[in-house]
Amino acid sequence: MKRVQFSHSPIPYLFIAPQIIIICVFFLWPAAQGIYQSFLLEDAWGLSSQFVWFKNYEDTIFKKSWLQSATFTLIFSFLVTVLSLAFAMLLAVKANEVIQGARTYKTLLMWAYAIAPPVAGLMGNLMFNPLIGDLYFFLNAMGWDFNHKLSSFDASFVVILIAVWKQVSVNFIFFLSGLQSIPKSVIEAATIDCKSSIRRFWTMTFPLLAPTTFFLVVINITYAFFETFGIIDTTTGGAPGGSTSTLVYKVYTDGFRGSDLGGSSAQSVVLMLMVLALTVIQFRLIERKIHY
Amino acid sequence: MVKINWHTLSGHLILIIGALFMTAPVWVAFMSSTHSAETLFRDGLQVWPGGHFFSNYNEVLFEEGGVMKKVTASRMLLNSLTLGVGFAAGKVVISMLAAYAIVYFRFKLAAPLFWIIFMTLLLPLEVRIIPSYEVVAKMHLLNTYTGLILPLIASATGTFYFRQFYKSVPEELLEAARLDGANAWRFFIDILVPISKTMIAAILIIMFVVGWNQYLWPLIMTTDENNYTLVIGIKQIYQVLSEGGELPQFQKAYALTILATLPPVAVVLVFQSWFVKGLVESEK
Repeated sequence: MKRVQFSHSPIPYLFIAPQIIIICVFFLWPAAQGIYQSFLLEDAWGLSSQFVWFKNYEDTIFKKSWLQSATFTLIFSFLVTVLSLAFAMLLAVKANEVIQGARTYKTLLMWAYAIAPPVAGLMGNLMFNPLIGDLYFFLNAMGWDFNHKLSSFDASFVVILIAVWKQVSVNFIFFLSGLQSIPKSVIEAATIDCKSSIRRFWTMTFPLLAPTTFFLVVINITYAFFETFGIIDTTTGGAPGGSTSTLVYKVYTDGFRGSDLGGSSAQSVVLMLMVLALTVIQFRLIERKIHY
Repeated sequence: MVKINWHTLSGHLILIIGALFMTAPVWVAFMSSTHSAETLFRDGLQVWPGGHFFSNYNEVLFEEGGVMKKVTASRMLLNSLTLGVGFAAGKVVISMLAAYAIVYFRFKLAAPLFWIIFMTLLLPLEVRIIPSYEVVAKMHLLNTYTGLILPLIASATGTFYFRQFYKSVPEELLEAARLDGANAWRFFIDILVPISKTMIAAILIIMFVVGWNQYLWPLIMTTDENNYTLVIGIKQIYQVLSEGGELPQFQKAYALTILATLPPVAVVLVFQSWFVKGLVESEK
């Protein structure tokens, strides 16, 4: 809020109206309908429906397939977040140190941001294609009996590799800007005090990057939950046997392919609650401020 | 004698490996898109250019039945551009107006309206995808640009960027403008918009990329081939490939991949500094 403001009038409502109308029609209405639907049981033709309280929740969430999907989502999010953050941090620290070719490195490392997840998925998928995929041949030649169509471990490996690949550039950009905002004087003082560059990283750089890292952890978890949909859809499609299906992917397959609207809505609501919890944690931790 | 600096050398080595890791898949995709189906099928992926660049891209871009049953990649390119530009422009305009109302005016419903806007940040489109589809279907907006773009704009990320930015604008500007007799609209158009130029450019760039790369929503709400974006074309060609057939058309899949990648990458590379600034600033 500004101290100096325009006085009361209908004008502000005119300015805010477009946004609010769009939100009401395309956000509040669908969200409310989704929640309502999660309590309904429809017959196979969608002609009649009855209110069944929490039956949809019980039927979907306590099912083995949902629990499997939830487990996969958690492991997947954890690995994607940790791996892409670690790799991006290493690259950002090095890109911040080098003098020759710094610009070229930065460009080459950040441009993949612009590639759509499903496009990355298709490219990766073809890399592992049994007919032409070089990585497929390579892994098999190395003695790994690789087949992501049959082995759920191999399928997870493919999905995680592509998801990490896609996320490195975003993390790199943020880490680099975080590193560049560290004052020169601090770096000089640390260089005088401590000769080992590895120790300097752990005692100075890493703590100073903590706020950026924390912020990125939240971004990466959200990414792994939602945006990886396109990657999964163009690589494994959740196969084999739903072992690489994230929760969002399951909402989609149950709702659109299986036309189980009530069950799918119930899963959506559970996902909403998860996102809300994540946001609350985020705010709580930001309040405590990770600053050194 | 020159002393070798092992630290710098290892730094370069790590960066080169990283850069290769990030670029090699796209390079291979691009090179493979310039070969014939037979070559790819016989010899696998290619790392050097082949002789079919023009014929492959011509077939994909302009010939009916080149990639899809009917629609050509140039049509899909147009759809993608419309989505990217429409999404970016719509989002910037709407969020600038809303942020202006929130920061510069005192009005009764300010607090509840702000909370409604804030709520949209918490629930991404992915979790309300099916009811959104039903709502858009009820309004007869399936397979239209309006139905494609508006639900995506509903999330209010842009409003928060502009809110942050307006808050950093010195108060004296408004005082001075009011002394000169400017009304609310004049102040917005003549002062606030011009000083937000860099911010607008940065957000337009990011939102263009985000819009172009949309997948789940267009996938669900476009059923007519004529409305496919390039990113949705990717899904279709993936399905054709996985169903099998006589000779898999890998070169077409790769050509489509490159076409879907090129515009957003070009935008990011050309406006690199704005893009980085926009991305880093916007997330604060």
